[in-house]
Amino acid sequence: MTVTAVRKDADNLTMTLDAEFAVSPERVWQLWADPRQLERWWGPPSYPATVTSHDLRTGGRVEYHMTGPEGDQPHGYWEIIEADEPHRLVFRDGFADADGKPNSDMPLNEARVTIAEIGNGRTRMTIQSIFPDAAAMEQLIAMGMEEGLKQAVGQIDAILTGVTP
Amino acid sequence: MQIAPPDFDRIFGALADATRRDIVRRAVGAEEGVAQLASHYAMSFAAVQKHVAILERAGLVTKERIGRRKIVRTNPEGLRVARRLLDRYEELWRGRIDRMSALIADPPDRKETDQ
Repeated sequence: MTVTAVRKDADNLTMTLDAEFAVSPERVWQLWADPRQLERWWGPPSYPATVTSHDLRTGGRVEYHMTGPEGDQPHGYWEIIEADEPHRLVFRDGFADADGKPNSDMPLNEARVTIAEIGNGRTRMTIQSIFPDAAAMEQLIAMGMEEGLKQAVGQIDAILTGVTP
Repeated sequence: MQIAPPDFDRIFGALADATRRDIVRRAVGAEEGVAQLASHYAMSFAAVQKHVAILERAGLVTKERIGRRKIVRTNPEGLRVARRLLDRYEELWRGRIDRMSALIADPPDRKETDQ
């Protein structure tokens, strides 16, 4: 399995995913840095991505759209907060209008990518995906548990540990 | 059950406020009405009522009539939506990692697949 670990952090609604590849960090970085490669993995097969603008430097911007089965084209963009080739990439991923203007009604998601060599020609890529507003949601759940609040807490706990009805 | 993106927005919006988060936390115990909840905060009854209404619209709390009182109760189902979002993101990223692996195994410049 390429994905070696997934952690969902109840305190701040962060999903962290580790993946390992049998190549160098530079090769993994290329998956992000080459827009043609990025297009091949960013969108699911039913929504292939087209990258229209790509500046993967700190302060830079990536613009893309995806094309859905009905011909619908959701637009998105990345604001590059930090880029340190080939080891670290931090960006905010947001939705945009058809003309590329950010849609502030939709939630922004921050992704922190860390790429590190782990020996034997292998590289680990860690992706941390953070939801700013929902973070508060998980925090309140955690607070509820700390205070030992009755039966509803049991239900919420079940939610957090992944028990689905 | 499919949750449309606008519902996520509503939930995020409702929880983006510290007072509302505190109300949801208190209402897990489901013992207080709006007036009692309001006594915990340095703001007017009307302001707290408004916060409760926003939470109610987001499906995070419900109002339940017990005798003559209306109790504000946290709705675990509303919170479950957050979990679904996380699960959905995991699925999304797992798909991406799979495609990355495929791309590494079969770069665009040499297309002959011989796995």
